[in-house]
Amino acid sequence: MIEVQNIQKSFGAHEVLKGIDAQFEQGKTNLIIGQSGSGKTVFLKCLVGLHEPDNGAILFNDRNTAQLDQKERQLLRQEIGMVFQGSALFDSLTVEENVMFPLNMFTRMGPGEKKDRVDFCLNRVKLEGANKKYPAEISGGMMKRVAIARSIAMNPKYLFCDEPNSGLDPQTAVVIDNLVREITQEYGITTVINTHDMNSVMEIGDHIIFLKNGLKAWEGDRHEIIRSDQPDITEFVFTSELFKSIRKAQRSG
Amino acid sequence: MKRAFQKPGRSREYGKALAREIDYLGLDSVAIVGIISLFVGAVVTIQTALNLDDPFIPAYYIAIATRESIVLEFSPTMVSLILAGKVGSNIASTLGTMRVSEQIDALEVMGVNSASYLVMPKVLASMLFNPVLIMLSMGLGLLGGYIAGNLTGVISTPDYLLGIQLGFKPFYITYALTKTVVFAFLITSISAYCGYTVKGGAVEVGTSSTRAVVSSSVAVIVANYFLTQILLGT
Ligand SMILES: Nc1ncnc2c1ncn2[C@@H]1O[C@H](COP(=O)(O)OP(=O)(O)OP(=O)(O)O)[C@@H](O)[C@H]1O
Ligand SMILES: [Mg+2]
Repeated sequence: MIEVQNIQKSFGAHEVLKGIDAQFEQGKTNLIIGQSGSGKTVFLKCLVGLHEPDNGAILFNDRNTAQLDQKERQLLRQEIGMVFQGSALFDSLTVEENVMFPLNMFTRMGPGEKKDRVDFCLNRVKLEGANKKYPAEISGGMMKRVAIARSIAMNPKYLFCDEPNSGLDPQTAVVIDNLVREITQEYGITTVINTHDMNSVMEIGDHIIFLKNGLKAWEGDRHEIIRSDQPDITEFVFTSELFKSIRKAQRSG
Repeated sequence: MKRAFQKPGRSREYGKALAREIDYLGLDSVAIVGIISLFVGAVVTIQTALNLDDPFIPAYYIAIATRESIVLEFSPTMVSLILAGKVGSNIASTLGTMRVSEQIDALEVMGVNSASYLVMPKVLASMLFNPVLIMLSMGLGLLGGYIAGNLTGVISTPDYLLGIQLGFKPFYITYALTKTVVFAFLITSISAYCGYTVKGGAVEVGTSSTRAVVSSSVAVIVANYFLTQILLGT
């Protein structure tokens, strides 16, 4: 479980996060939603330690990140997998080498063992036959899959995904969403996902946090969000005609 | 920047990275260094010959002058400047691209000290391999002079061979290689700093690469002055 207490983060005079509390449970897909620019990426980067929050505490299973020494922090990071908004694959390495990279860096596995693990991870994201290709030679959806495969290579306890399905067609988006959820449940990972895609929210929203103006404006699950009457939520959720008609049907039925 | 020189984690991976950089930054520069040195050696010989066209000055002086120009200044300083252009822009744009595409963040999240993993092998590779390039440059520069002397007849082969050996001071090689190593350090660390700290996108990567070449060239020229004063100063 990850516990976030009163996280604040500003860039100069621009207050992006104004004090956010949250708890993310193990084995669940926790979603952070909000408009573009609402601070989702900043929040996620605070969680993984790429941004230093100005205030507040982050606890990974009761380990306060601020109180860890360099060695402990290093070890914690090896328990973290992250999928970046732009995949962030190493473009000088092939697909296979990308997934193998953390294994090379942090494990004492033999070559055969590593190869098996890489094949397993690429299989898991249903990506085959692209092992020897470079990131520039594969599609955006495949890049996302490789990024997910790389993020699970070390068997992470915590998984962070920044808009894992942005820029993908609706079908592929659903596949990626479900993949992340399956992996989360299968290995009991604590997963936090940034998204502004309502389809993902309805598909995999076990626990949803809505960010607005640097604050947590709403919290609940996917069944609750669709019934919510809070103006912020209805404004965000029911922008598209599809969801408006769903709501109408729900009201009348 | 200090983080770049901390003790690395898995040394085997750093060894592999070092080998890759030597290949990429060093071996890849052999051709350009070779061609330039050969021709500059030839030109220096011809020009020196024209300037020393005096019956009272023995012909082998031409070869001595050529040797001193190449060993003291052309090879260590000019070739380092050429490498500042080639290697510096390469390092800055590679690291800059990794920064803006979040590859550096990806390394950090994994728990890799990105500064040391990415920067140190480049610095070490250049400090180790640039002296080899400079020695090669000296050799080919002298060879260029030999060929030019032969082709144009400004100096006879025996005079040339006598001249390049006469009054040779081994310390000059030490001096040249010391400069080379210092320049290699300056070029790679300044360029790496420019690339590693890029913020923004493709445009900023381009700007940082230009800044890397300009700053490291200026640093080389200024350092050259002080090193010369310290090492050869009277
Ligand atoms: N490194 C930074 N320096 C200064 N300001 C920043 C930085 N990173 C983010 N911001 C600002 O913080 C705000 C939130 O940005 P963030 O990237 O977290 O939005 P987001 O919710 O992830 O949006 P999107 O859905 O478009 O990815 C923006 O106004 C942005 O300008
Ligand atoms: Mg974002």
